[in-house]
Amino acid sequence: MRLRLGYIPLIDAAPLIVAHELGFAAEEGLTLDLVRLGAWAQSRDMLGAGLIDAAHMLVPMPIGQALGLGPRLPDFDLVMFLAHGGQAVAISAGIEQRLRAEGHGFDFSDARAAGLALRRAAPGRLRVGVPFTFSTQLELIRHWLTGCGFRPDDLRLKTVPPPMMADALAADEIDAFCVGEPWASFAVERGIAALLLPGPAIWASPPEKGLVLRRDFAVTRPDQTGALMRAIWRAGRWLDEPDHRGTAAEILSRPDYLDLPAELAERGLTGRLLISTGGEVRSVPNFLAFNAGAASFPWKSLAALIARSIAVRHDLAPDAAMRRAMTHFRTDLYRQHLRPAGASLPGASLRVEGMIEAERVVAAERGQMTLRADRFFDGFVFEPPGESPDTSASQD
Amino acid sequence: MLKNLLIVVVEADTDRAQSIADGLAETGDHDIRIVAEQSSLARRVAELRPDVVLIDIADPSRDILEELALASGPAERPVAMFVDRSDEQLTRSAIEAGISAYVVDGLRPDRIKPIIDAAVARFHMLQQLRAELAATRAALEERKIVDRAKAVLMKARGMDEAEAYALLRKTAMDQGKRIGEIAQQLVTAAGLLGR
Repeated sequence: MRLRLGYIPLIDAAPLIVAHELGFAAEEGLTLDLVRLGAWAQSRDMLGAGLIDAAHMLVPMPIGQALGLGPRLPDFDLVMFLAHGGQAVAISAGIEQRLRAEGHGFDFSDARAAGLALRRAAPGRLRVGVPFTFSTQLELIRHWLTGCGFRPDDLRLKTVPPPMMADALAADEIDAFCVGEPWASFAVERGIAALLLPGPAIWASPPEKGLVLRRDFAVTRPDQTGALMRAIWRAGRWLDEPDHRGTAAEILSRPDYLDLPAELAERGLTGRLLISTGGEVRSVPNFLAFNAGAASFPWKSLAALIARSIAVRHDLAPDAAMRRAMTHFRTDLYRQHLRPAGASLPGASLRVEGMIEAERVVAAERGQMTLRADRFFDGFVFEPPGESPDTSASQD
Repeated sequence: MLKNLLIVVVEADTDRAQSIADGLAETGDHDIRIVAEQSSLARRVAELRPDVVLIDIADPSRDILEELALASGPAERPVAMFVDRSDEQLTRSAIEAGISAYVVDGLRPDRIKPIIDAAVARFHMLQQLRAELAATRAALEERKIVDRAKAVLMKARGMDEAEAYALLRKTAMDQGKRIGEIAQQLVTAAGLLGR
């Protein structure tokens, strides 16, 4: 059976590409046609029109769609996470100089120190590039900088397509940006940016991309949905073996996929990032995770957390938004289709977010499982509302 | 009398942009503006406040328009998403043709349809031209490389041109490859051997 999958050329598209290249899809009887896309809006529209069967999407995108903030399209569901982390915050050379003059050490880990130093170095308005209106990057930047003394009015968040981030910084259209790899490293390579923080220094496990399907596809083609999820889940497990990241970088960098030097893709995949033109390298454990520590489980509480933030920004009722969004994170399909593959399944589908300081072993549906750390730099915790009794299709 | 529409075409390629504009001009006396610079897109759209924006579906700067479409202030809200208020078939044919349209809130579907139809027709035509151009270019490249491979064989083995070509063709058939691939391999190998 052939399935068409849309992806944006970023290192976190790896589970789709590896599922195809290393035969995890073939094992499930699937042939994948991977379609490289140019814009997030294109991914959404093509999925909506049925021109692709599944998409690699920013986690907040199906939430924005569920809240009626996108075009009227058939319902989308996120069935699993594809990746956590993988983002970095880059700053202009001018701001870098001011931070260094002030004695900031670029430790690439202390988000509070970096945020406060940035507040002092950029006393006025700060223009920050993010890849899309509904993006994990936007959530990270807002949470971090408003927690470090920036008022919402001090922040101008601007959509800039990832390949153009470096140019926008060079042209002084933005002062900083937050983007998924390889585009932060690309700007360092161009000699016009320094990296200030990795995404996981702000939030230890920010859900970055998800596998998104049309709800009618998941309902009418359960076998293919399951086969696709298992193939991608196994690809993620393969990718989380540290020895495999170099090979993954080779595969991803091919002209058909990212079309960049393998060395550039490897930085994000191995979490060893060159943070400045001066040659400083920082290692970030858990910079990017695909599968380990139940990374792919689509917690409904994460849908609620992001939905509340989007609702507040767009003047929607937060409670209704959270309940609506939770119905689009399909923990039920995850359990149904990945149980046979041997995925560890948590007992609940909701949890208090931000509580796990370090990797923790907890009771699972069967036996025990390990959960990733998910703390926020400022100790923020989020308690989701009780699960909505209505898990059927959303109504307008 | 219906007022003329202000249509912005976002396209970096001048010829392509002009062709789309020409197609649109046939649908009525519209004011058509071309924006080629990605970096100034947001500012230009905010200034012009167009009724319709047409842009390649795969153009990364679409994501900038999405932000504009969601912005709250009326001055910053020139466009609403077209797919909201038009019939599904029209949307689908546009997406299939590789075009996306942003249309100001409240514009009547019967005014949008001829514009989208014209844009779809032009996009199809341009895609075809582009495919033909790529095919022609590939064929030319292949002929050049086959000529070089023939020259290598003629020099190294004292063959005439017909013999050299026959050998290339036979090798390609035996190996189940295109003659261009075999020629490329031969030229690369000859280069490595300094011949």
